[in-house]
Amino acid sequence: MSDTVLQVEELHAGYGHVEVLRGVSLRVDRGELVTVIGANGAGKSTLLKSIVGMVSPWEGRVVFGDRDISNISPEKAVRSGVALVPEGRLLFGAMSVEENLELGAYASRRGEGAAAMSRVCELFPVLSERRTQSAATLSGGEQQMLAVGRALMSNPRLLLLDEPSLGLAPRVISEIFAALDVLRASGMTILLVEQDARLALKHADRGYVMRTGRVALEGSSTALLANDDVRLIYLGGWNGPNDARADTELGG
Amino acid sequence: MISSTGLFQGRHGKTVDTPELLQFALAGLKNGSIYALVALGFTIVYASTGVLNFAQGEFVMLGGMLSVWAYSTLGLPLPLAGLLGVLLTGLVGVIFELLAIRPRKDGDPLALIIITVGGSMLLSSLARHLFGPTEKALPRFSEGSVNIFGASLERQSLWIFGIAAVAVVLLTFMYSYTRLGKAMRACAIDRNAARLVGIEPRMMVTLSFGLAAILGGLAGLATTPLTQTAFNVGPSFGVKGFAAAILGGLGNPFAAVLGGLTLGLLESMSVAFISSTYKDAISLIILLLVLFVRPQGLFGGSSRQKV
Repeated sequence: MSDTVLQVEELHAGYGHVEVLRGVSLRVDRGELVTVIGANGAGKSTLLKSIVGMVSPWEGRVVFGDRDISNISPEKAVRSGVALVPEGRLLFGAMSVEENLELGAYASRRGEGAAAMSRVCELFPVLSERRTQSAATLSGGEQQMLAVGRALMSNPRLLLLDEPSLGLAPRVISEIFAALDVLRASGMTILLVEQDARLALKHADRGYVMRTGRVALEGSSTALLANDDVRLIYLGGWNGPNDARADTELGG
Repeated sequence: MISSTGLFQGRHGKTVDTPELLQFALAGLKNGSIYALVALGFTIVYASTGVLNFAQGEFVMLGGMLSVWAYSTLGLPLPLAGLLGVLLTGLVGVIFELLAIRPRKDGDPLALIIITVGGSMLLSSLARHLFGPTEKALPRFSEGSVNIFGASLERQSLWIFGIAAVAVVLLTFMYSYTRLGKAMRACAIDRNAARLVGIEPRMMVTLSFGLAAILGGLAGLATTPLTQTAFNVGPSFGVKGFAAAILGGLGNPFAAVLGGLTLGLLESMSVAFISSTYKDAISLIILLLVLFVRPQGLFGGSSRQKV
């Protein structure tokens, strides 16, 4: 087996007639935490959705391990070992925390659920405290932990996360990212989509910068954090959409 | 309305004494249990597809007709014939979904509703061709009647209560504690989220049609000994069950049961206090009133909740 867990090759995808991904290629190796950063609308979420089949790719390939999963359905993707923590969490709000986690193990073999459950509760102890509460009554941070926990329940070989920091307080965000560090240390392979570039790069091994449906830059996290363009546009130096420098310097 | 003599005064001067009122109430609850089963069928399919299945009443018809067929033609003993009738009805529900609902891939609710209306006509014509146009009956599960505080209740009605109660308990158990039931609920709450954990929504839709058909079939089996059945009884059960589901609140199983019992009681009270002429109009009037005044139903909202 190769050490590449996920290989995305020249992926094109979109909605209706609107092309959102215009040939994206990236690679995630075993045990890596790789992040995809970029502004709103750059296609980051669409990229994750096309990997798991919530959006059907128009062209290009998605290879997971040795297997071409370009036209897989979401329910098959999780069975083959790719779990997505979706944007907006998509929890089963009327159901209890425990039921949400149990459903997370729906795709895995019987008997594996209990072990996964204790691992998730060890990672997020608050979830076991809230076991019988309905997911809708959790705080935003707890809901995000539950969303991550639910995805982990399937024992994935690749964990995809879509904007886990969205709408959360800084203290809660650092809790979630601390958990991602723990997961990575335990050998989990993670592809993280984040709008908060600085945060994502601080925790990732490597990063890709997406811009209008393409990968504009890639490199190690340290290189990207030091890159002038990245600093200018994504780490707080940008003056808004009319900033001419930004448009020309990263224009494809 | 209670006068000093312990009599209840109807609007048109009908007087009803207490045992008689109880008699009406029991009759109402008996019909209400049947409506509840049909309403549950509507609710289950609605929760998984967002579609009102207007063939639901035909499942009641088929439950009766297929049980009669298994009993009279195959010569099976009554319990076995009933079981076979209900299971075959469930199978018809599954086949109906696979042939008529699943091919419509976009899931457009309006198109699907019209498909169910067509399916309803098809099923009743098929039943007429296969089983003939005459009324059919089954023997009662138990003969005789019991006396409850002066009101007399046929033992068959006890069977109806029992079957409805067991169905509701089993259904509740399934939805609350089984992996399949939880998956069906998850699918109703959020289809995309369900797919992300590995649940096949199409499989859940097929199963929900099968389950709805089994509930309808049970209703048909339970009523046939009392009221007979024929190829054309489906639509009236459908309307009653639909009104009950709307009255309770679509998409919520408990509301469906309460809606069914309430509708049954209201109907029989209207017979007691107004006139039996209007019995069938009552459910339509209630349906319209609820849709105008309280479209979410009496007993809470829908199960389609999001975080």
